[in-house]
Amino acid sequence: MAMEITQILLNAQSIDAASRKHAEESLKQFQDQNFPSFLLSLSGELANNEKPVDSRKLAGLILKNTLDAKEQHRKNELAQRWLSLDASVKAQVKACLLQTLSSPVPDARSTASQVIAKIAGIELPQKQWPELIGILLSNIHQLQPHVKQATLETLGYLCEEVSPEVADQDQVNKILTAVVQGMNASEGNNDVRLAATRALYNALGFAQANFSNDMERDYIMRVVCEATLSPEVKIRQAAFECLVAISTTYYDKLASYMQDIFNITAKAVREDEEPVALQAIEFWSSICDEEIDILDEYGSDFTADSDIHCFYFIKQALPALVPMLLETLLKQEEGQDQDEGAWNIAMAGGTCLGLVARTVGDDIVPLVMPFIEENITKPDWRQREAATYAFGSILEGPSPEKLTPIVNVALNFMLTALMKDPNDHVKDTTAWTLGRIFEFMHGSTVETSVITRENCHQILTVLLQSMKDVPNVAEKACGALYFLVQGYEDSGSASPLSPFFHDIIQALLSVTHRDDAGESRLRTAAYESLNEVVRCSTEETAPTVMQLVPVIMMELHQTLEAQKLSMDEREKQNELQGLLCGCLQVIIQKLGSAESSKYAFMQYADQLMELFLRVFACRNATVHEEAMLAIGALAYAAGQNFVKYMQGFYPYLEMGLQNFEEYQVCAITVGVVGDICRALEEKILPFCDGIMTHLLKDLSSNLLHRSVKPPIFSCFGDIALAIGENFEKYLIYAMPMLQSAAELSAHAATVDDEMLEYTNQLRNGILEAYSGIFQGFKNSPKTQLLMPFAPHILQFLDSLYNEKDMDDVVMKAAIGVLGDLADTLGTNAGPLINQSVSSKDFLEECLSSDDHLIKESADWAKLAITRAISG
Amino acid sequence: MAPHELRRPFKRPAISDQQRRRDLALIRQTQQRSDSQNRARRLASSLFDLPSHSFPDACQADFPDNVDVGYAIALEQSPELEASSPTVRHLDFVQASKLKGSAARHWFARQLMLTEWMIDVPPNLDRDWYVFARPAGKRCFVVSSNGSTVSRLRNGSVLHHFPSSLPNGARTKEISAPSHVYCILDCIFHEPDQTYYVIDMVCWRGYSLYDCSAEFRFFWLNSKLSETGACNPPSTYHRYRFSVVPIYDCNRIGLHKAYTGGFAFVKDGLLFYNRHAHYQTGNTPLALVWKDELCSQYVLDTDSEGHVPAEQQVVLELQDDGKLTTSDDPPILFGCLEKEIIQKSSFQAGNFLRFSVIDECVRIVDGKLELGDLKFVGKANRARAFADSYSKVFFQYTARHSPLQFQDLIASLDPNLDENSESNDMEMID
Repeated sequence: MAMEITQILLNAQSIDAASRKHAEESLKQFQDQNFPSFLLSLSGELANNEKPVDSRKLAGLILKNTLDAKEQHRKNELAQRWLSLDASVKAQVKACLLQTLSSPVPDARSTASQVIAKIAGIELPQKQWPELIGILLSNIHQLQPHVKQATLETLGYLCEEVSPEVADQDQVNKILTAVVQGMNASEGNNDVRLAATRALYNALGFAQANFSNDMERDYIMRVVCEATLSPEVKIRQAAFECLVAISTTYYDKLASYMQDIFNITAKAVREDEEPVALQAIEFWSSICDEEIDILDEYGSDFTADSDIHCFYFIKQALPALVPMLLETLLKQEEGQDQDEGAWNIAMAGGTCLGLVARTVGDDIVPLVMPFIEENITKPDWRQREAATYAFGSILEGPSPEKLTPIVNVALNFMLTALMKDPNDHVKDTTAWTLGRIFEFMHGSTVETSVITRENCHQILTVLLQSMKDVPNVAEKACGALYFLVQGYEDSGSASPLSPFFHDIIQALLSVTHRDDAGESRLRTAAYESLNEVVRCSTEETAPTVMQLVPVIMMELHQTLEAQKLSMDEREKQNELQGLLCGCLQVIIQKLGSAESSKYAFMQYADQLMELFLRVFACRNATVHEEAMLAIGALAYAAGQNFVKYMQGFYPYLEMGLQNFEEYQVCAITVGVVGDICRALEEKILPFCDGIMTHLLKDLSSNLLHRSVKPPIFSCFGDIALAIGENFEKYLIYAMPMLQSAAELSAHAATVDDEMLEYTNQLRNGILEAYSGIFQGFKNSPKTQLLMPFAPHILQFLDSLYNEKDMDDVVMKAAIGVLGDLADTLGTNAGPLINQSVSSKDFLEECLSSDDHLIKESADWAKLAITRAISG
Repeated sequence: MAPHELRRPFKRPAISDQQRRRDLALIRQTQQRSDSQNRARRLASSLFDLPSHSFPDACQADFPDNVDVGYAIALEQSPELEASSPTVRHLDFVQASKLKGSAARHWFARQLMLTEWMIDVPPNLDRDWYVFARPAGKRCFVVSSNGSTVSRLRNGSVLHHFPSSLPNGARTKEISAPSHVYCILDCIFHEPDQTYYVIDMVCWRGYSLYDCSAEFRFFWLNSKLSETGACNPPSTYHRYRFSVVPIYDCNRIGLHKAYTGGFAFVKDGLLFYNRHAHYQTGNTPLALVWKDELCSQYVLDTDSEGHVPAEQQVVLELQDDGKLTTSDDPPILFGCLEKEIIQKSSFQAGNFLRFSVIDECVRIVDGKLELGDLKFVGKANRARAFADSYSKVFFQYTARHSPLQFQDLIASLDPNLDENSESNDMEMID
């Protein structure tokens, strides 16, 4: 095998599909037959300097894939498999890997360092491979630069894989010392210095203690700042990346370095190559992000003089920062508006200017206005565009009082520029700026809108005209219309848009039919605006929306007629179907939810449903999702009448529930099951066996994305509420699953915010399931079937209370379940309830909550318990 | 070692419309789930379980030609009713409030808990009972739902239709509660200060308190009512003030406070509620009324002109077989009308007839009141929905001859149980 493995690995990268397939099968077979020997062969291959680089690289890659996977569950399985291997096998593999770090072949070294980091990620938390860091550190002192480079790279990957808690401070200190020494200007070898700089980027999370120590922090910062001046561009870029990372991780430690950092970044923005300059701008953007977050926190809670403190770096840097950013605006690239992937200094600088405006508010206005006034009428399009972009950027942040007088003057100028400016780039930015004006200076939340009944007509005329302009300008005009319309969302029946409603819809439909609507996302933008127009329609304009139904249905029908499409055409068809289903979804929700229009609208229900089913027949994830959402809205509007569509729809519902790969589709289908439960109530019963089977399978699957699991639990509740005591037969499956999920989620180690958020979603799903089941069984003679589950459920509630990390939504759901349990089980549960903490301290806490939803839920629980115990 | 994505959203909103559609769909689903949950919770198990036999019959008997809305029809045609309860047929107040005319009156007339008159002092008065002064005025149900408030008298007829600060009691800009939320209060409307005095809470924000003890209902009433602003002075969206009545533990202090204390309202006797009793529609011996001349202007019944007649009068219901009965369940027989008289008159079963009591004929046998011969006076007022109850007839009789006196109440208290419950009073008055 050892002889053969090289050839197999090479064949696996062959351009010949047959030999590639054969090689892949052989590898798979080898792995299945003798996993330890498979690993030894691969690591031997990787370590062998005699072997071709391609086979070595692939050997390392396969090794890495035996250790790690994206999906958390799979990842855990792989880690367990590695840990359970014979110690001597593991030792041999590791020896090969460490040996490879000294290989003269860069790709082999680099691959080995990644594999080492993966193994470290598995073993270090288990307190295994304690000698690794020592070995790596001793490598650093070797003279050969390539070994040093590979070792630093390994340390970098290692810091990325392993969480900081795993390493003790002594090791961290040694790693950081090695890394920072490698970065030092005295390091003669650029490869080493680059590897060290990149390693620091990952090691920053480990440096908490070091950043709290003034001397150590000064030293690290000095080395990073020096690296930004390196003659080697890659080192400068990596050093700025470190600065960006430091700005978010150690915002509160930056005060004494800000002056120096400003000088460094300003120089880079003005003089350096683009990749470096972009990082330098990004530094300021991320400082803005930090300060916006902190100030938001201040705003939401005045008592929060807690651990976060705003240093107002942006405010202090403002007089120098703003001119630097304004300069970047003049460095536009021709045609950047047509290029979806473009990202250049002008774009980054403008974006940063917008963030600065949000951070400091009014203070930015006087610093930017002279630039605008100076440039907005210049003959050079770059100056007009830069001025317009600057104006658009500062519309979010400053107070309406500050902006209104300026915008009142500027509005007419902008409308004229959108019509008359000879340059498309200027028109593009002008239309975008108008959209920003409508977004922030107009609408029910704005005290005095800059839009009046008088100028509204003029604005609409210009926008509708501009929608006939080149695609990128038309797209921005559609976007501006979106916000103009949105501002009238709450204006009630007398919307100033009503007289133009028909024209607006016609104009948007014409845009969707443009031959070039595929460019610059134009068609999408037109449909999005159309959706917003529908959402903001009033009783008065509802008839016009009603007329839109057959039009959109016809469009959708036409996409279904097309045959023998090329791959490219099929993709376009799918996209269009997605847009049309999305639009129908919005219409259904609008017309189906108002009593006045519902009846007339429902005459289209049969045809709509038929179209959606045909759309499902040409499977595509996005379309599937949009059509599914539309059907959910239709079910809600149709109520019990939806039952007649169930036979035809059910197969697609099943498909959606089985779609593990496109988990959003699965999640949305689960939500639609809930819609159908509420629409059909007990009439959903004949379909429940199938639905429950799929939901239970979904829950047990390791393949399904975890975010779908909470909604599945909620869906159990929806089903139970719909079919009542008929849920009996599912209890033996659903209850144990709920129970084990409850146990897991009650004491989940919530290390980070994201995990805590997920845990709370899971808890909420479980609690909604319990609520639905209890309420479903209420008044049934079979209530007693639930009695055996009561102790565990009460325990779950108690432990949630004791853990003290639930959010408001969970709190409301939890205390509600307490009420539902009491309500349904009555006197029988009295003693159990009396023993629970939930019925005392938890309930008391909720009763005096400031959140009225929690309070209402607690009122319910208190009442239900009182009835249960006195009854 | 991938540094974070540099590119930020450029000239495009951070959230796509597709994401917005998803989010809006999720919000809709969450909202609807919570609505269904709340609907289920509000469908209390033992609420309004109307015996299907008695009501449509009564309806037909009383209003044979009434095509307005019969209860039975209303039940058939009310889709919400079916939707909210696939298995159990409950008619709840919101649906009942959609009933019109006589059907509505008939329905509401049967929802109040009616006190018996105190003939004997119940045992453990001080341990198990509350006492409070009864405001003089019209007993009524107040229902707030769907942005308006309606009060209905004992006979089911509408007293006021008005906006109030009760949850969902007015159409105001700021939404005080989700649309399905409603409240039902047992009140006395006190004319002089145009105030609804709430004496009991039956449903609050859609949650039933029927199965809760009086102790809990009073606690809930005292803590919840003021939260809503219903006790504030009248305003545009709140036409009448609501007020709670101070409720006392029925010990010596409590009894004295209720009996002699000064209140914002004119007193009409004392009410006694057993603290463990649930809210029960119709007559109940667990809620009692007692009056004497000092605490009420209306101890003895008056006639339609407001005069106390020389002889005690009673209103009884005529049955199929000519028997004359009280409103109790089961009815108590007080006399019988001969067939000939019925045939000669236009009387029908179910009519309420007024009689004078002839004192000489009255006897009390084993503690039971027997009226003996009665003198027919006439048909009772049309608005009447009930005959007199046995306890009322008995109380009126004793009031004229050997009334139960305040001293008798005091004397019945256990002297050992006395002065320790002052603090409890405070909690209830709040």
